[in-house]
Amino acid sequence: MTDAFGPLPAVTEPAGSAAQPMLDEQDNLGPVTPGLPDFSGSLTPSGNLRRRQLISGFAGGVQTVAAVLAVAVLAIVVYSVVARGASVLSWHFLTQDPPLIAGEAGGGIAPEIVGTVVIVALATAIAMPLGILIALYLTEFAGRWPASAFKLALDLLNGLPSIVIGLFVFGLLVVGQHQSGFAASVAIAIIMLPLIARATQEVLLLVPASLREAADALGVARWRTVRGVVLPTARGGILTATVLAVARGAGETAPLILLSSLFGNTVSVNPFGNEGLANIPYYIFTSSESAEANGFARAWGAASVLLAFILVASVVARIANSRSTLSR
Amino acid sequence: MRPADPSEAADPGAPNVRRRVRINTGGPAPGTPVAPNGAPTETSRGLPAAARRSSALTFGREAIFDVRDLDVYYGSSQAIGGVTMQIHRNLVTAIIGPSGCGKTTFLRSLNRMNDSVPGFRIDGTILYHGHDIYGGEVDAVEVRRRIGMVFQRPNPFPKSIYDNVAWAPRNLKMRDGLDERVERALRAAALWDEVKDRLHQSALGLSGGQQQRLCIARAIAIEPDVLLLDEPASALDPIATTLIEELMQTLKNRYTIVIVTHNMQQAARVAERTAFFSLDVSNGRRTGVLVEYDDTEVMFTQPADRRTSDYVTGRFG
Amino acid sequence: MSGSTRFAGVLPGNARSRVRRADRIGDAVLHGVCLAAALLAAVALVAIAYKVIDGASESISRFGLGFLSHPTWKPNPPFEIFGAGSLIFGTAVTSFIALLLAVPLAVSIALYLSMSASPRVRSVIGPLVETLAAIPSVILGFWGILVFGPFLQKHLEPFLHSVLGFLPLFGPVPTTGTGLFNASLILTIMVVPIVASISRDLFLSVPRELQEGAVALGATRWEVLRGVVLPTSASGVAAAACLGLGRALGEAIAVTQVIGAGNAIHASLFQTGDTLASRIADQFAGATTKLQIASLFYLGVILLVIGLLANVTAQWIGRRFDVSTVTVR
Repeated sequence: MTDAFGPLPAVTEPAGSAAQPMLDEQDNLGPVTPGLPDFSGSLTPSGNLRRRQLISGFAGGVQTVAAVLAVAVLAIVVYSVVARGASVLSWHFLTQDPPLIAGEAGGGIAPEIVGTVVIVALATAIAMPLGILIALYLTEFAGRWPASAFKLALDLLNGLPSIVIGLFVFGLLVVGQHQSGFAASVAIAIIMLPLIARATQEVLLLVPASLREAADALGVARWRTVRGVVLPTARGGILTATVLAVARGAGETAPLILLSSLFGNTVSVNPFGNEGLANIPYYIFTSSESAEANGFARAWGAASVLLAFILVASVVARIANSRSTLSR
Repeated sequence: MRPADPSEAADPGAPNVRRRVRINTGGPAPGTPVAPNGAPTETSRGLPAAARRSSALTFGREAIFDVRDLDVYYGSSQAIGGVTMQIHRNLVTAIIGPSGCGKTTFLRSLNRMNDSVPGFRIDGTILYHGHDIYGGEVDAVEVRRRIGMVFQRPNPFPKSIYDNVAWAPRNLKMRDGLDERVERALRAAALWDEVKDRLHQSALGLSGGQQQRLCIARAIAIEPDVLLLDEPASALDPIATTLIEELMQTLKNRYTIVIVTHNMQQAARVAERTAFFSLDVSNGRRTGVLVEYDDTEVMFTQPADRRTSDYVTGRFG
Repeated sequence: MSGSTRFAGVLPGNARSRVRRADRIGDAVLHGVCLAAALLAAVALVAIAYKVIDGASESISRFGLGFLSHPTWKPNPPFEIFGAGSLIFGTAVTSFIALLLAVPLAVSIALYLSMSASPRVRSVIGPLVETLAAIPSVILGFWGILVFGPFLQKHLEPFLHSVLGFLPLFGPVPTTGTGLFNASLILTIMVVPIVASISRDLFLSVPRELQEGAVALGATRWEVLRGVVLPTSASGVAAAACLGLGRALGEAIAVTQVIGAGNAIHASLFQTGDTLASRIADQFAGATTKLQIASLFYLGVILLVIGLLANVTAQWIGRRFDVSTVTVR
């Protein structure tokens, strides 16, 4: 190692080695451990690093495989449903009643589609205003303790098995009376309620505090602020939350078995009638329990319709969520 | 640690001498050619005279790091440009300068800690013991095993004190004598006496200064070659700061230490060599550049560059 | 009075007091209505518990706690013996296997999404994994019995039997593709997205400085995950697993479609069985006697209790270890 200043004089310490002079008693560092890497050697893995890197690479591979597996399962399921349902799908299919004799080919699922729409729409009409009001209570009015108590109640409601909710509404509305689309709507509303309430609450919390403070400073009443400022700002997020809850509610089957499983063969829009409303999930369910091929074909078609609706709704809601300024 | 009397004609190569330097307002060393703006002119080698100046301190010492023309970019913006310097064995080298001039970027480039920053890119070379750190078959994990780092804010793991120190040695399969290794590291970090009775309690229960010393213990438990310290005392109170500064005097006997600090008095206290970084705002871009690099005493008493003397005398920064 | 807001100070005297009165009334009404809605939700929770217990009263008084262990379920008169023993067994087995498979899978996926994947890949794969959760259980069950079942019966189950058949768990393969094994796998598919999305958020929130500290000590990527990221998130992942367990316990539809409505307790996973939720779904519509219906309600009570337990445990872990909200999205 020379530079413009001439050759090196002799040095007392060896250059570039790991050996160091022993230190005086003030020093606590102790002797150097043998087996340390040659620090002046090349920077390729030393010691056990090669093995550790292999393990790390393997772990990374496992993670990738897991992710690929999840996506593959999704693709397989969607493909299976759509491939089998495609052969049946047509305008007729969507607009006609099922055949009078169960084993026949042809026919459609119009009553099921209409019934599902009516049931879910009614459920949304019940759950959405309630959900918004609950969210408003949690963000605008509740103190710390009541807020966490009600949040816990919502989380517990969210975690209840849907069949138990079906049993509840059965005992409430059907016992001694009859099934109805309304009963199904109530059950589905109970399922949708915590989803809407929690998601709306998160959106409301995102409304800048400065907006509320400005309104308060102007002497504006709380309800006017909510109506004129808070809700309009949160409108997009509330809509997203509702769409996602609808996507969830449309697929719920367990309550329908208990509450809306007996119905006629034709299109009906009355949820308050003497029997249940035809619906897609129950239709798929009974077809899967029966054994005849034509029923299967129609069920695959119905599954395609339901799946398409749910996937589109989920995707749209997610895109809307990430676009809106209030998204997380 | 015996503070050195500045009147002693100390041997620059001897360890354990702390220099107490006085900062005066002297200008560039007499005889150095100066341009009108105060910056020294270039020598025939094409590099500023200040950067090339070799001193008695570095004479004969191995250059652990040999940085040549280093440019660092984050995406399209250039964080540092044209840095050329050497860092020598068993010295404490301080990097000072105003905030935002790339000191931390430079430090983190030395052990490839910038690899995970999006858009990070370098031009030029960093040689470590003659090997290019960013070379093809270099394993960055191996680099970091040899070049350790302590961060500005203490970041102990949410584990016990013992496990904090023992974690990296366990990874490296240094299983034998683990207890002794932990004790040695904690002693070297001047923390042993305070924690020896509670080794298995959570590290998060320690004070800030203790946590930072724990981070130092953790780093030296695997006996690296170099220790990079990124403003290690800036989040600590003065007493803890003094402890850490004293630590460095012991540690430099075994390790090569590079410390970034925004506190130039600290640099004057602990470092033998000091590099001054500043911002170059020409061409509408803000790039960090190495202005001057020399023995600490020279940097603070007779800096060659006007910008250096302005900074150390507090005229700006 | 129009609904427009006005500076109260600008209006003439009696208009001002009218506005203030309307404000007070409006605020009180809004507060009251919102409180009523919240109370309604809380009351609903209690009402559900009450109604389900009430509906089961006949069976509870007839069989008492022995219901829980009695293995026979014979609805046809003159037997009319109901016992949840085999159902609790089926529930336990399927949920346990589902968690056993789903939690490591979900954690791996979450690690991939949060640590390894580039932001662009993450924004595609992440929503895809969450979409798995959006598939209605009836469709998953339908697929399970018509597509997955035959695959299991023809390929996977024989393979497992040939390799691991010395274990009674993997006994001879029956002719149908239904059984505890199919149900467990379907439940795994349902639990994975729940645990994965919560875990991913947990991993992303591990402080950067902590990870950098580990990296600076010359640790490989896996060592950073194992030493810092996973331990820091462990309690959150446990809470997520509890939520996943609640989902698995309560799933009625997909399970009933693929589990084969068996009545006995077998050692082999490939045999049919049944779970609490799926028995209700299976037999409720066709239930004939009041005792049967009451017994199905009794199953619902058991389901309610264990579902609430799983959920409460998840919330408790979340609160105790200061994990930010653990809820299913």
